[in-house]
Amino acid sequence: MEINDIIKPENCVYKKPTLLNDTNMHYCPGCSHGVVHKLIAEILEEKGWGDKAIGVSPVGCAVFAYKYVDIDWVEAAHGRAPALATAIKRLQPDKLVFTYQGDGDLAAIGTGETIHAANRGENIAIIFINNAIYGMTGGQMAPTTLLGMKTATTPYGRRVDLNGYPLAISELVAHLDGSCYVTRQSVHTPAAVRKAKAAIIHAFENSMAGKGTSLVEIVSTCNAGWKMTPAQANDWMVEHMFKKYPIGDLKNE
Amino acid sequence: MAKFRGAVVVNEERCKGCDLCVVACPCDVLALQPKEVNNRGYHFAYMQNPEKCIGCASCALVCPDACIEVYKTTEK
Repeated sequence: MEINDIIKPENCVYKKPTLLNDTNMHYCPGCSHGVVHKLIAEILEEKGWGDKAIGVSPVGCAVFAYKYVDIDWVEAAHGRAPALATAIKRLQPDKLVFTYQGDGDLAAIGTGETIHAANRGENIAIIFINNAIYGMTGGQMAPTTLLGMKTATTPYGRRVDLNGYPLAISELVAHLDGSCYVTRQSVHTPAAVRKAKAAIIHAFENSMAGKGTSLVEIVSTCNAGWKMTPAQANDWMVEHMFKKYPIGDLKNE
Repeated sequence: MAKFRGAVVVNEERCKGCDLCVVACPCDVLALQPKEVNNRGYHFAYMQNPEKCIGCASCALVCPDACIEVYKTTEK
């Protein structure tokens, strides 16, 4: 059987979702952001939610999310995505409203907005990309940076006496009564990508059903910030990140 | 027993040569071009052993830039 006999439209099992447009992404090679963008585009396309969805993009590496996924987007001030999503969802309750935030946005400057939005039980889905570093600004320490991890601002590793402990946002949000679904996923293997997709679908369904706030944390890599190749970064994440940020559902009501 | 045959088409201009598809491939099909580069200077992925492909789509799932299309059929 020749290759040309296999490559036919009727044999196609996987292709780029049409909601993900042809603009080349600005992300570094191997960045987890690209996978999550692709998952969001796939889900919205498969479920037919493309016209209903309103995304709120953060400040950080994902600031240009509106250039890549072809739905309605609003760009929030730094850390204020959950507050803006609250307003949008209250004004347009029939829409699917989600925020897409990194750890510098959600866990640092926007901690207050995140926790209060979840505490009020706003019917929004929050997608949280946790790569334990400030990627866009050059790899500085984030609140989620692991102890001993070297970054641009902690060149000898993060120390407890100087920098405090890493912040586990998902555990915090899971304690709040307003949140209905809190999970932690990753996208480093094909199986993990499938599970992350199922988790995002569940979060979007919760938002549509008005059950409360859903938080999907994606433990990600930042190979450029960590100074590794993409494959090494995945291995490093499995070895170190999963100890502090274990994968699995924290709350599912 | 019917045998699955697959093939992938890489969008060469979109590919950034991150190597994640090569690592994810269970059948050792993909590799990065050793010498050729695309317009942006990246060594893009290609099918080094096309006859081994089973069309599992593992490469496409982990691809951060959605540049892989997967085709699958059964050999009769």
